[in-house]
Amino acid sequence: MHLKHGFTRAAAIAALMIGTAPIALFAETPADTLVVADAIDDIVSIDPHEAFEFSGVDLNNNTYDTLIELDPATPGDLVPGLAESWSVADDGMTYTFKIKSGITFSSGNPMTAEDAAGSLRRVVKLNKTPAFILTQFGLTPENVDQMITFEGDTVTLKTDKSYAPSFVYNCLTAGVANIVDMKTVMANEVEGDMGNAWLKANSAGTGAYVLKSFKPNEGYVLERREGHWRGDAKLKTIFMQHIPEGATQRLLLEKGDIDIAREMTPTDIEGIMGNPDLKVQEDVGGQVYYLALNQKKTELANPKVQEAMRWAIDYKGMTDSILKGQWVVHQNFLPLGFLGAIEDDPYSLDIEKAKALMAESGLTLPIEIGFTVRNNQERLDIATSIQNTFAQVGINLVLDVGDGKQGLEKYRGRQHDITLQTWGPDYPDPHTNASTFALNPDNSDAANATGYLAWRTAWDPGADLNAETLAAVEEKDSAKRAEMYGDIQRKVRDNSAFVLMFQQARQDAMRANISGFYAGGATDSTSYWTITK
Amino acid sequence: MERRPFPAMTDTSAPPSENRYLRLAQQIVLGLLTLAITLLGLLLVTFIIGRVVPIDPVLSIVGERATEAQMQAVRDQLGLDLPMWQQFWIYVRDAVHGDLGTSIRTGESISAEVARYFPATLELATLGTIFGTLVGVPAGVLAATRPGSLSDQIVRVVGLMGYSMPVFWLGLIGLLVFYGQLDWVSGPGRLDPTYDMMMEFTLTSYTGMILIDSALNGAWDVFANAVSHIILPAGLLGYVSMAYISRMTRSFMMNELGQEYITTARVKGMPEWRVIWVHAMKNVLVPLITVIALSYAYLLEGSVLTETIFAWPGLGSYITDALFAADMPAVLGGTVVVGVAFVTLNMVSDIIYRLVDPRART
Repeated sequence: MHLKHGFTRAAAIAALMIGTAPIALFAETPADTLVVADAIDDIVSIDPHEAFEFSGVDLNNNTYDTLIELDPATPGDLVPGLAESWSVADDGMTYTFKIKSGITFSSGNPMTAEDAAGSLRRVVKLNKTPAFILTQFGLTPENVDQMITFEGDTVTLKTDKSYAPSFVYNCLTAGVANIVDMKTVMANEVEGDMGNAWLKANSAGTGAYVLKSFKPNEGYVLERREGHWRGDAKLKTIFMQHIPEGATQRLLLEKGDIDIAREMTPTDIEGIMGNPDLKVQEDVGGQVYYLALNQKKTELANPKVQEAMRWAIDYKGMTDSILKGQWVVHQNFLPLGFLGAIEDDPYSLDIEKAKALMAESGLTLPIEIGFTVRNNQERLDIATSIQNTFAQVGINLVLDVGDGKQGLEKYRGRQHDITLQTWGPDYPDPHTNASTFALNPDNSDAANATGYLAWRTAWDPGADLNAETLAAVEEKDSAKRAEMYGDIQRKVRDNSAFVLMFQQARQDAMRANISGFYAGGATDSTSYWTITK
Repeated sequence: MERRPFPAMTDTSAPPSENRYLRLAQQIVLGLLTLAITLLGLLLVTFIIGRVVPIDPVLSIVGERATEAQMQAVRDQLGLDLPMWQQFWIYVRDAVHGDLGTSIRTGESISAEVARYFPATLELATLGTIFGTLVGVPAGVLAATRPGSLSDQIVRVVGLMGYSMPVFWLGLIGLLVFYGQLDWVSGPGRLDPTYDMMMEFTLTSYTGMILIDSALNGAWDVFANAVSHIILPAGLLGYVSMAYISRMTRSFMMNELGQEYITTARVKGMPEWRVIWVHAMKNVLVPLITVIALSYAYLLEGSVLTETIFAWPGLGSYITDALFAADMPAVLGGTVVVGVAFVTLNMVSDIIYRLVDPRART
C-alpha cells in the first residue's frame, strides 16, 4: 500500500529524532569545580561600588575585601579585613585604619593605603545607588578628597559629626566599601566613568577568587587566586548558572549536575528530604515582613485596633504551612544577626483577646479596610490568612491586588489603608532599620519624606522616640547602643503603625559531599572560599 | 503568552503575472514599504504602552530610598519632562540608527543586550521549526490521505495535545523522563559547565549560536554536548509547532486531493505516492510555506516558559525580566526586534511563495 508510505516516513523521522539524542556522559561535577544554581537576574551591576542586589553582592564578596569584616560567629563583633587595626580619635570624628602589608590585587599590584582611600572616594564620586551608606557621614564628591586621606600605610576618614563608632565600622563592612585596584580600574576609565563600565564585566580586587567571565542572566565563572592572604580557597573554579526555576534546580541537584541549589521552593525542599545524597542547610536572611497601617485612616490610628490586629494574625500557622522554610516568626524590626536584635515575640493568634480589644475601640463593627498586596503567590497566601483571621474579629479586609511597583507607589504616596510589605536592611548596622521604622522628623504631607517607612504610613513616632533613635546612632558604647535598640524595637512592636511578623529564612540544598558553605546570614554575603567537596 | 493562538491564515492566492520578475520586484518594494509602516506602527504602539503603564521608570532606577531631588535628576536625564511627540521623535530617530536606547536596569545598550540573547532564541526556534516541519508535514499528509482513519485520529489527538497542554508542564515532564530517568539528554542550560568554559575561554565565537560556533571551531565534543542540551527544548517547541503545521497540512492536502487534476492523475495510473508527494504537494507547498514561516516567527518571539524551564538565556526571558523590572526601554527594544523578525519572515515567505507558485511560472 502506497498510502503507508507517508506514515512509515513520519515514523522513521520520529525514530531518527530520538536516535540522535546522545547519551549524557556523566552526572557528576568536576572535583575542583563548584557548580551553583541560583536566580541571578537581580544583578544590575557587579561594580562593587554600584552593586546593591543580593546576587551581585554575593559575587563581589568572593572577589573583593573590605577593610574590616563582621565576625560571622558573634553578631556585632568586628575582625580585620584589609586593615590590621583601626581606631577613632577622641573627637569621635576622625577614624584611622592601618593597612596590612603584602596583600596583592588579582593584577599583581600591591594593595596600598592609596588604593583603600581611592576606593572609598570612588564610591562617593560615582554616587551610585549604595553610595548613601558612606555619604551619610557627610561625605560629598566635593569634600571627599579632604575627608578621606592616606599617608604611608594609614587611611584617615573624617565624618561630619560624632557618630557611634560601631555605626561607622558596620557600614564599612558593607559591599559598597570593597577596596578595588585603583591603578587597574583607572587605566580602564572611559569618558570619566572611573572604570565603571569595565568593572561591570571584570573584577579588580583582593578576594579569594577572580572573575573569569560574567554573562548577565546566564551565569559567571570565578577562578581561585593562588597564594591568597586568607589561605587558598579549596576549590579552583566556581561556576554559577542562572536557573530561575526551582523544580529545574531540584532535578539538576538530584542528578548531580549541580552542587548547590539556592532557589528551591519549600515543596522541592520537602521532596528531597530523606535523599541520602543531598542535604539542606538552613540560615536566616535580613528581610522582614510587616503590615503598615496608614494613620490618615481614623480606624487604623486607634491604638485598640492596632493591638487587636497584633493578636489576630496566625503567625505560627503561616510559618508552619505556607511559609515553611522561607520565613520564621519575628516581631521586631531588627533581623536576628544584627547588633541589638531581640528575640522575644510576644504575639500569637488569640481571637478572643482581639475581639475584646475591638469592642473597646468604640468603633461600629465590622469595619471595612483596604488591603494593598502585591500580586505574588506568597503574599496572596499571607493576605488571605490575615483576611480570614481579621474577619473573625470584625475587620473586613478588601484586597487590592496589584503589581509590586503600583503598590509601592501607593505606599509612597500615602494612598494605602493597610499594605503588606517586606523590608531589607541596606547595610549591616541597626540604624538602617531604626532610621526608617522609628524615625520620621516631619510627618506633614509637604515633607514628602518617602525614604522613611514611618512617613509613608503617616505615623509620627513622637519627639521622644525620634530623639532616642537619633541618640542611638551616636552612642559610643556598643553594649549600651544595643540596649537602646532593644528598647526602640519594643516600642515600635507594641505601639506603632507597624505590625511586624516574620524574618526571612533561607534553605540551600546541596550534595551531601559539600561542606563549609556559608550563606551569609542577615548581615553578610555568601563565601565560596570556605567550601570543600 | 505562549498559548496565544497562531495568527489566522490570509488569502495567499493571487492571479498569475505577466512578468514574474517584475512582480517579484514589486512584491519586495511593497514588502519593504509594509515593513517600514508596520515598524513605525509598532514603535508608536510600544511607545504609547511605555508611557501609559502605571509604572514609574524613575523609581526602578533610583530605588526605594531616593529623595525627590534624585528622582527629578533622573527624570531630566531620561527626558521624561519633554512633550510626548518630541519623546517619540527621539525614540524613532534613535531606533532607525540601530540604537534601541539604554536599559534602565543595567545601563547597557539594549542593542548589545539583544544581540547577546537573540542567537540563543534563534538557534532554539530554528531547530524547533525544523522538527515541527519534518514531523508535522508527513503527519498532516497521512491524516489527509486517510480521513477518519485511526492514523488520522492519532495525528489529531497528538496534535491537539501539543496545542492544548501547558508547555511548562510538558517541559518538566520531558526533563523528568528523558533527563531525569532515561539519561538520554543533558539537563537545562545550553552546555555543561566544562564545555561552557571551553566555549567561552578557548573557542572563537562567530554567531553566538553554539551549534554553529562549535562546528566552525571543529570542537565536536562541545557540539555533541550542545546537541544533547538543545534537543529536548527544541523537540518540545517542535512538538508545539508540529501540532499547528500538521493540522494545516491536512486541511490543504484534503483540499488538493479533491481537485480534478488529482483525479486525472490517478486515472492515468500514476503511483499514489507520486500523486501525493509530487503533484498535490507542489500546490500544498504554497500556503504551507506561509504557515511554517508564521510558526517560526511565533517561536522566535521567544517562548518564555520553555526558556524558564530549560534555563535558556533567550529573548523571551530577557523581555519578561525587563518587564518585571519595569525596564520599559528594554521591553520595547525586545519587542521591536521580535516585530522586525516577524515582518521579515512574512516578507521572505511571500517571496518564496512567489518563487514556488506554479501559476507564476507561466
